[in-house]
Amino acid sequence: MVTNVENVQAGANGMSPPAGPPAIEVEHLSIGYHEEQVLRDIDLSVTKGSLVGLIGPNGSGKSTLFKTMTGLLQPWSGRVLINGRPGKPGPDVAYVPQTETVDWSFPVTAGQVVMMGRYPRLGIIRWPRARDHEVVAHALEQVGMGNFRDRQIGQLSGGQRQRVFLARALAQEPSILLLDEPVSGVDATTQHQIFELLDKLCQQGVTTIVASHDLSCVAQRFDHVLLLNRTVHGYGPPEEVLTQELLNQTFQSHLLLLRLGTRTFVVEDPHHFHHD
Amino acid sequence: MIEFITEPLGYSFLLRGFAAAIMIGIICAVVGTFVVLKGLAFIGDALAHIAFTGIVAAFLIGFSFYLGALAAAIIAALGIGAVSQRTGVSTDTSIGIFFSGIFALGVVLMSIGIQSYTIDLFSYLFGDILSVRQSDLISILILGGIVLAIIAVLYKELLFVSFDPVVAESAGLPARWMQMLLLVLLSVTVVVSVQAVGIILVVAMIVTPSATAYLLTDRFGVMMILGAVFGALSATGGFYLSYYADVPSGGAIVLVATALFAIVAVIGPKRRSLWKLTSGEPEAAQRPA
Repeated sequence: MVTNVENVQAGANGMSPPAGPPAIEVEHLSIGYHEEQVLRDIDLSVTKGSLVGLIGPNGSGKSTLFKTMTGLLQPWSGRVLINGRPGKPGPDVAYVPQTETVDWSFPVTAGQVVMMGRYPRLGIIRWPRARDHEVVAHALEQVGMGNFRDRQIGQLSGGQRQRVFLARALAQEPSILLLDEPVSGVDATTQHQIFELLDKLCQQGVTTIVASHDLSCVAQRFDHVLLLNRTVHGYGPPEEVLTQELLNQTFQSHLLLLRLGTRTFVVEDPHHFHHD
Repeated sequence: MIEFITEPLGYSFLLRGFAAAIMIGIICAVVGTFVVLKGLAFIGDALAHIAFTGIVAAFLIGFSFYLGALAAAIIAALGIGAVSQRTGVSTDTSIGIFFSGIFALGVVLMSIGIQSYTIDLFSYLFGDILSVRQSDLISILILGGIVLAIIAVLYKELLFVSFDPVVAESAGLPARWMQMLLLVLLSVTVVVSVQAVGIILVVAMIVTPSATAYLLTDRFGVMMILGAVFGALSATGGFYLSYYADVPSGGAIVLVATALFAIVAVIGPKRRSLWKLTSGEPEAAQRPA
């Protein structure tokens, strides 16, 4: 399916987005850890309600860009504006990192994990109320995990865990959703469900950026593609950005671009060095 | 039979010791829930040893031992916290060097400054519940009450930060401050418990009842409450054991706590988790999908 970019930018179903600042605006951003620079001179403007696929090789700075957008990292120079204001950590920007660092034997259930998404809005001392429980139940339903609320997280499969973390992000009721590899290790059916959900959220005005290794998926599923390797190599609709030249620039290796009718596929050239 | 239970409670100094032991059993297990889940046992042990040097220093200068121990432990906790957050690498080695060094200083100071090994100092090493005075009990109740109150107020936030500090911080919780706060709470707990259980065994008092609870539940809140129950049970059992067998209270309490753990580990439902606790390996990979 080819995505009509103009239509998406104007908001789904022909609704015009409210006039206002872009959801995410990155200006001359440079940042790194300790002495090592990771990102340099990033400029980016993401329209409210966009669904952006972020691609780049390992170590290209995808997670660093996300952490800067959430306000976890302070820029060396430049700035990030979220809905027109300098970004700082808060429930409005929901971040779902890659999840290898979580202790799966931690004694919490899926429902409790999702409820954590409500905590920042609740504030200290106040306990979850009926509406918070409704939001949690709805978020679990949205990711197809309604029947697993009382399951300890260690007893869930990899894909189910990722869906629980997505549900926690939804429970934050964010206007911006940053997902780091949300569909890796998820079966095809679930992957499809997640993208349908993301489409729906975008129609509701939630701006979503998804980091993904799966280039073919990005080519077909997203209305914008951001090519990142230390700096922005391209940003725009897939059919404009996914060119042989830009991909080679970004991945510094030989990826083959296949177009079949209106569909775009990206494959790694098996004759060249294999990047993860 | 009833006399067996009531006899020691007839003496006011024994009643004081009993009350102190139960309070300590509860605080240790509540704080221990975080210690077990976050793998902070080694830091707890380090803080106890550093507190000892604070106690010796307080003796020499003539301060209250609580002030000396608290100051030493909290400064050390904040130092450890700052170092681990700055470097982000495992700090076990530096903690090991740091705490042994400070403990050694305490030992040397003790031998230089205190001519005879006073009973008091010895009791801090191994714990002597009978040395708990009225003023000590009040300190334990107040400090313990503050620790429990802070955990009650920040329960949700501490849970989120313990489980997933990165996302908790991105969602707007002050994760770094809360991790520091946890170390300060651990310091206070260690200091409060030192008199009854002793420096050497205080970590067992913090870790064992919570670990026993961990074997029985998949819920964080339940683990905390069950841990407190096991802590109080261990304190009670240890108190009577100490009284009737005339053995140091610290050893008696920790023996009971360890026995409870052993019983639950053998007859309880979560063998895999026990394996995980002892090996430190993540078990996620072994779990069926």
